[in-house]
Formats: sequence, structure tokens, C-alpha cells
Amino acid sequence: MLSRRLERGSTSVALAFAVFLTFMTVVTVYIFWAKVWWFPPAISDFGHEIDAQFARTFLITGVVFVAAQLGLAYAIFKFRDHGQKAAYFEGNNTMEIIWTLATIVLFVGLGLYARNAWAEVHFMGAAPGALQIEVTGQQFVWNFRYAGPDGKFGREKPELVSASTGNPVGLDPTDPASKDDIVSPVIVVPAGREVELIIRSQDVTHSFYVRELRLKQDAVPGMEIHMHFTATVPGDYEIACAELCGLGHYRMHSMLTVMPEADFEKWEKDQEAANQ
Amino acid sequence: MPGTIVDDVELIDAGRGGGNPPPAGGDDDGDSSGSRRPVPRRAYFTALQLGLAAIVMFFMALASSYIVRKGLGVDWQSTPLPPVLWFNTAILLASSATIVVARKKLEGGEREAFRSWWWVTTGLGLLFLAGQIIAWRQLAAAGMLLATNPSSSFFYLLTAAHGAHLTGGILALFYVMFRPWSRSRISQSTAAELASIYWHFMDGLWIFLLALLTLGR
Amino acid sequence: MVTHENGGGHGHHQPPSGFIRKWVFSIDHKVIGIQYLLLALFSVFVGMALSLLMRLHLAWPTAKFAIFHGGQMTPEQYLALMTMHGTIMVFMVLTTAPQSGFGNYFLPIQIGAADMAFPVLNMLSFWTTFVSLVVMICAFLVPGGAPIGGWTSYPPLSALGEIVGPGQGGGETLWIVGLAIFCGASLMGALNFITTLIDLRAKGMTLGRLPLTCWTWFVTAILGLLAFGVLLAACILLLLDRLAGTSFFIPGGLVVTDQVITWHKGGSPLLWQHLFWFFGHPEVYIAILPGMGVASHLLSTFSRKPVFGYRAMVGAICGIGFLGFCVWGHHMFISGMSPYSAFAFSILTMTIGVPSAIKTFNWLGTLWGGKITFNCAMLFALGFVSLFVSGGLSGLFLAQPALDLYLHDGYFVVAHFHLIMGVAAIFGMFAGLYFWFPKMFGRFLNEGVGKVHFWLTFIGVYAIFMPMHFLGLAGNPRRYSEMTAGPFLQQLQPVHVFITYAAFITIGAQLIFLANFLWSVFAGKEAKEENPWHATTLEWSIPSPPPFDNFGGVEPVVYHGPYEFSVPGAADDYIPQHLAPNLVRKA
Repeated sequence: MLSRRLERGSTSVALAFAVFLTFMTVVTVYIFWAKVWWFPPAISDFGHEIDAQFARTFLITGVVFVAAQLGLAYAIFKFRDHGQKAAYFEGNNTMEIIWTLATIVLFVGLGLYARNAWAEVHFMGAAPGALQIEVTGQQFVWNFRYAGPDGKFGREKPELVSASTGNPVGLDPTDPASKDDIVSPVIVVPAGREVELIIRSQDVTHSFYVRELRLKQDAVPGMEIHMHFTATVPGDYEIACAELCGLGHYRMHSMLTVMPEADFEKWEKDQEAANQ
Repeated sequence: MPGTIVDDVELIDAGRGGGNPPPAGGDDDGDSSGSRRPVPRRAYFTALQLGLAAIVMFFMALASSYIVRKGLGVDWQSTPLPPVLWFNTAILLASSATIVVARKKLEGGEREAFRSWWWVTTGLGLLFLAGQIIAWRQLAAAGMLLATNPSSSFFYLLTAAHGAHLTGGILALFYVMFRPWSRSRISQSTAAELASIYWHFMDGLWIFLLALLTLGR
Repeated sequence: MVTHENGGGHGHHQPPSGFIRKWVFSIDHKVIGIQYLLLALFSVFVGMALSLLMRLHLAWPTAKFAIFHGGQMTPEQYLALMTMHGTIMVFMVLTTAPQSGFGNYFLPIQIGAADMAFPVLNMLSFWTTFVSLVVMICAFLVPGGAPIGGWTSYPPLSALGEIVGPGQGGGETLWIVGLAIFCGASLMGALNFITTLIDLRAKGMTLGRLPLTCWTWFVTAILGLLAFGVLLAACILLLLDRLAGTSFFIPGGLVVTDQVITWHKGGSPLLWQHLFWFFGHPEVYIAILPGMGVASHLLSTFSRKPVFGYRAMVGAICGIGFLGFCVWGHHMFISGMSPYSAFAFSILTMTIGVPSAIKTFNWLGTLWGGKITFNCAMLFALGFVSLFVSGGLSGLFLAQPALDLYLHDGYFVVAHFHLIMGVAAIFGMFAGLYFWFPKMFGRFLNEGVGKVHFWLTFIGVYAIFMPMHFLGLAGNPRRYSEMTAGPFLQQLQPVHVFITYAAFITIGAQLIFLANFLWSVFAGKEAKEENPWHATTLEWSIPSPPPFDNFGGVEPVVYHGPYEFSVPGAADDYIPQHLAPNLVRKA
């Protein structure tokens, strides 16, 4: 009696289930396809490489997603209880081998393919002439330090750190190399020139994140982590903190400005003048 | 460390709640009342092995932290090991020998001899712990405290963790001695075997830790 | 010590009589299973309440609520809610209910045992879990409140104390102690599960005849046994850093709000991350594997077909368990670890997609050609498959370091793990509960109300978590108490409002479930038959609810595989595992 009652309801439930899965799949794919919410355009070379890898991954996962969800919807509707007899089979080794090999090739191949985008950022260091900028995270601000005309970063001492007196990174005034260092709450870089970031933190772990650069790197206390990029499109871009760093995490925010080389040199001069 | 001590307890104590009848053929374990099927004797050995696996993972985590932390280098100063450790090591190795003798006596039916050797083992275990405390005191007297240096932090931590596990082993030795085994679902000889496996393991673990602390200084 | 208070132990042979022995300090695995389920039920409602408050604040950051001092939620209150939501859900719900709850109740019965191998140990692990829950909840009550460091509790934020944020003082200490106690409880449970499965199987219950539920509980227990010791070690190191002034995780030269930290030097924050994720990744599979087992079990039962590729399924379960220990580094792609090891972790992580895909294909294969009935249990099992696919595929993005570089610590990750280890796992639990409820309580859950619950939940969770992928693509970082800092986040605010509405409805639907649960326990339709679903495994061969020692002192003998449905030549479309071959009716 129980099974008969279930049988009667099965067609409508199966239909509802299949329709919902189809609807969910279509809407999801549409929003991805139409890029309703999407990445901002990339402004660096490897950003484009990463976007290409994103596209490949979207394609593969998209096909698998649609096939699996619609396959499930089809099976649910087609094999609903409408009085038939269930078939009897316990498996199929050939098919198991085929789909195991297929997924190995697909997934591992995709992973190997991603090597290029990763290697560009991480396996190789910055070229020798890159502009070095030291990025320091602290609760809850970013500070950026340029070496200035002498090209050398001055000494820093933890005990000299004092945000209130205008020495947020603890520059040691007795070191001549630190005299011309520029410390700025925003980061300005020249377009088309390679920049090497030296990322560090004073207190807890933060993460330096610029969407348009497709770049995110934890700032880990006790470590100096080197990253490099070449931004090509002038403009202002937001910097967010991406690693939970305390109650002000959500407002740890700064700006990256990419400007033409000439403008950048002028900016640097102005900063040095203000420093004197 | 609540979790690790519990590991020790369960090896011997755990799950006596059932109290099961022996299988039809008659095993030396267990009594013959109750309606449940017995928990086979081998289950205790399975559980012991699993417990040891968990303990291995715990100490492997500490040991790899040790190696990683040492690799960071900058502030690592090696802690001089108090010489009493070698004496302690000898004591612990001796206790592994005496527990073997004790079990032989038990199997041979020499209950009095078993009791004496078992007591000797327990005593050596307590002596080892006392020796470890002396080592701590000597180290502290030399100005090496828990937070002095990562190397001394690890010394105290590893010896304390091993000591806590060994304390569990000593409790197991007492347990084997004092429990009224006639009412139990395993025999005293099985319990003694389980306790001795654990004891040898603690011995081996100490040798490993000692090697880490000396060679990896 | 357990032993001495229990004296001779003979009293436990018979069903205990007093209320305390029977329902509180019970050593009956069935009662303990229910205790775990109730603990998880309480925890899941606490966790949902916390998430609802978080969602309300995210949608309307300036709204005032009476429960907060001053009306408006502060950032630290938000982070405390978030930390406790994660912790309670991961440990007290996803780790306890599917494994310790259902596993405790049904593993011994499904293998034909009278109880767990070590019943007193079993009781002890439940009460230890209970203590750890109490300790963690106490974190709300101490000055400074609950910790704000997230469930991953990265040092130095978690190690430096109150100086880095409210809640990082006493609250964080209680949190770590609670977690350490939980490790102990889980180790005891895992040891008991594995021993029971290895040594207490009934005659004829070979490994090849184990129901897939048992296989998943078995592998999950192995994961727990090997992973929780490592977390315990990590917790001890962190506690020493906090309380004893050691420097395992805290580097030197730190400056917190202009104050120099002089008493720590040389430690490594990454060391904690390695230890934590060595535990943390297997933990993901601890949460999801039992759900996979239940889904396989129910898809077969309610499409009246054997599981497609039983051996491949077992292989996939073991493969996932093994690989689960080799991929922890994919949580650390942006942490500053070596890019070469990151790449190796990436490839291993992509490999774990293979057994997951095998399982999905086999689930479809199980349905294929079947005769599917749609009761609530089956609906949740089918929902599980859909959610597993949706949540699993986003893992292919996060497994690639180059793409993770963009998505890491953003809402894409939140969507991914909520779908796969949160919601899919919970669908597995719901499926199991609707399926086993008649066996556990002798009554059915109401099917009509259950269907309402299913549809609202199924649609609701997709409405909550699908949009989070888009937030992640747009670059929204997670663990932000409000999205007001920059223009790009403000643009995403409408999506957050939508998600909050969806969360409101979905959580409301769980109240329907709660009402159904409470009503059905006491007044639901009685399950008169032993085997109302015409299922095959051993729990359906005994009365509902089962007697104290499950099989009445008689050891069952197993003659058949676990999923013999619609066998050609048999009169019935199912052959129970315990049915002697000469008793199988011919067509």
C-alpha cells in the first residue's frame, strides 16, 4: 500500500525535480555565459594568461556540469516508477575504465596546462632592473616604501615603528640609506615597467590583493615574499586585504595607481621633495 | 593533553561494559554469563594497534614541527642534554627486559615470580619518570626554561608528552596487577600481553625521541 | 578512569533500567548514536542562528538589533559569529552527526554486531564531545567574547592574545582547549569504529558484502584516527605559544599598534597552516564520505537496482581517503610556500577529482534502468548528487594555483565548501534520517511535510550558494563584516541582499523540519513492518526500534551482497542479506 501511494506521486515529483535541475542549470550557465558578475579586465601580461586558463577551466567544468545535472534530470524522469520492472546489472568494467581514464586525462591535463600561468608569476624571479617596492601590512593599513634615488632601502627597526608620529614602517633615521626612502599609503607604479613587490607584515597575516592584476599574496610576518608584475593599463585600482587580520579586516583598503612612466617620475620627484 | 592520555586508558580499560560469554569452543577469555556475543580477543589487539597508530601520528606531528622549526634556524640554540637522560634510558630499556621476564613467568604459571617481576617493571617505570623530572630540574637550574629557546621548548614538550603516555602505561601495569581478572572478559595473561606491547612501544618511542633530541640538536 | 566506577560490568548485559543508565550515561550504541544526533541537531540550529545574524548584518550593515549592545553589530561581533559558526558546524555537526551519530547507530547493526567493540569507550567519547561543545560555547561568555580568528585560527592572530583583537584572549584559549578535547573524543570514536568493523562482523559479512555506508564509516574513521592526533599536537603548540611564551608559530620583531613584541622570536606562521591543513583536508572528507555512503545506499534501494560498480565505489572511497592526506597544500597556495610544492599539490588535488567523478558516474549508473520511487529520503539522496556535482566542480578551479591566486579567500571558496562539505553533507544526513527514522523511533517522519521541507531547502541552498560564485568571480573577499570599504564591493551589495533573503527562507524551512521531527517522534505514523522500504541490509531484519542487543542474542548469518535488488529469477525485487539461499522465493 505504501509503494502504490508513492507510485502515484512519482510522475509529478520526477517532473518537478527534472524541471528544477534543468532550470538551475540554465540559469547558472546563463549568468556565467553572460558575465553578469565577472572579473574586471586584466591589466598585466600574466593576467591574460590566467584569464585564458580560466576560460579553459570554465569550458571543461561547464560541459561536465551541464552533462551531469541534465543526465541526472533525465534519469530521474525517465526511470521514475511508472509500473515498469527495474533492470538488473551490477556494473560495467569497460565503462568504468573509460570514464576513469577520461577524467584522469581531463582533470590532470587541465592541471598540467595551468603550469604556464603559475610559472610566470612564481617560478621565475623579477628581472634585474625591476622597480622594487616594499609592501608592509599592519592592522589595518598598507604602507608602500620606495628606495628613492639611491636605489637602496634603509634600515628598519621594530622599536621605531610609530604610526602616530609618521613612521609607520619604523625607518631608522641614523641609516643614510633611509633618508631618501619614500613611504606612501598608496602604491603608484609606472605602466609597462616591471615591478617587484617585497611583501611583509608587521603584526598578523594579511593578504595583498589586486583584482585587476590577478594577484593575491599573503603578507606573512617573519617572511619577505617577492612577487612581480608588469601593469600595462594606466588607471586606479583597489587593493583589498584578503586574509583575516582582525576586526578591521573589511576596511583594510588602499589604491594602486598605474601611470605612464613620465608621470610616475614626476610623482616620485614630488614625493622626494615632500620628504625633505 | 586529554586526548593522548585517553589513548592509554582505552588500550586496557576500554569497553569492558559488555562482559561477554565465550564462544562455544571455549576461549580462555571471558566469563560465561550474559546474552551478547563476545568481543573476540583479537579486537583488543586491533584496538591497541590503532591506538599506537594515533600516537605515532601525534608524535610525528611534533617531530616534524621540530625539524621544520629547527630548519628556520635563526634563533635556534641547541639545548645541552642533562646526562641523567642516559641513565633514564638504561632504566627504561631494563624495564622492557623485566616485563618480558614477567610475562614468561605468568605464562609458566609462576604467579609469585610474575608479581615480583611486574612490580620491578612498574618500579623502573616510576624511576624513569623521576629521572625525567630530575633532568627537567637540572635544565631549569641551568637557566633553560620552557620558553627560553625553541630547542628547550621542544625538549620539555617531547619529554612531557612521552611522560604522559608512559604514565598511562604505568596505570595499565597497575591495572593488570590489581584487577579481579576472574570476572573479566579477557584473561590476565592477555591483559599483560597488551600492556607489554604498549610498554615496549613507549620504550621504542623514547629511543626515537632521544635520537631526535641528540642528533637533531 | 572509566573502569573502576563500572565495577564488574555484569549489570550491562541486561538492558539498563534507570533513566540515567538508559538515556544519559548509556553504553548502548543506539542511545549514544541518538545522543550524538541530538547534540548535532542542537548545534546545527545554533550554527544556523549565527549565520542568520551574519547574513542580516551583511545585507543591512547599519540595521540595529536588540540583542547587540548599542543596537548595531560591531565588526568583532560579526567575526566572532563567523568563527563560531564555522567551528560549530564543522566539528559539532558535520563531524558528529553523519559519522558518530548514524555510524554509531547503524554500523554495528549493519555488520550484525550486538554493539560497538568497546561500549564504555563509546559512551566516553560522546561525553567528551559534549564537554568540548560546552567549553567552546563558554567562549561567548568570557570577557572579550568569542574568538575572531576564524575556524582556521591562523597565528599570529590566534597566538598573540587580546592585543590583536577582542576575543583573542580568554575566548580563543577556550576555543583551542575545546578543540583539543574534541580531538580526544574523535580519536576514541575512530578507534572504536575501526575495531568494530574489523573484528565484529557477523558470519558471512565479508568485506565484499559490506554496505557502502559501512565502507564510508570505516574509511572516515581511519581518516579521523590519523588526522586528529595531528590537530591535537597543533593545538598544544598553539596553547604553549599563548600561555607559556614559546615561539613555535610567532616570528620575532612584531609590532602591534606601535607596541613591540619582544618576548617572541623566530617562529613560523606557516607551520601552523601545514599542521592544521594536514588535519583540515581529511576533515573535509570526514564530513562528506558518510554522505556519499548514504546516497549510494539509498539510490540503490529506491531505484530497486544494485549499486552500479560496487568495487569501483569501494575503490573510490579508499582512493579519496588516501588522496585526502596528500593534498593539504592546496589550502596554502598564496601563503608563501614554495611554488614548486604548490604545483605538486595542485596535480594531486586534480587527481582527487577522479574518484569523485567515478562516484558520480556510478550514481547515475545506479539510477539508469531503475524503478525510482520518490520518498523524502530518496529526494534528499538525489539532491545530494546534484549538490555534490555543483560543489565539486568548483574545486577544479581552486585546485589550480594560478586560478586560486584570484579566487582564494573569496566568496567563490565560500560557495565551494558550503555546497560540498556543508550542504551536500547535510543532505546526506537528511536522507539518512528520513530513511532510518522508522527504524530508530518506530514511526515515520511525515512525508508531506517532509516534501515541503525538501523543496524549500533544495531550492533555498542553490539560491544561497550559487550567487556566491559570482561574488567570488567579481573579487569579493570573504570574512568581511561589511562591503563598504571600496566601490567595487558596494556594487555587489544587491547580491548580498538576495542571498540573505534566500537564507532566511531556507532557515525557516528547517523549523518546519524541526516541527516534523518532534511531532513524528511522539505521534508520527507507526512503522508496523520491520522492513517498510523493502531494503536488504541487516537493520531491516530486526524490530523497530531494535531491542537492546539488536539481534536478540542470536548472531545473524549473511548470505548475500548488500544490494541484491530485482535479481532475475527471484519473486521479490529484493533479497535481504540474511535470507538463506533456500528461503529465497523463486519467481
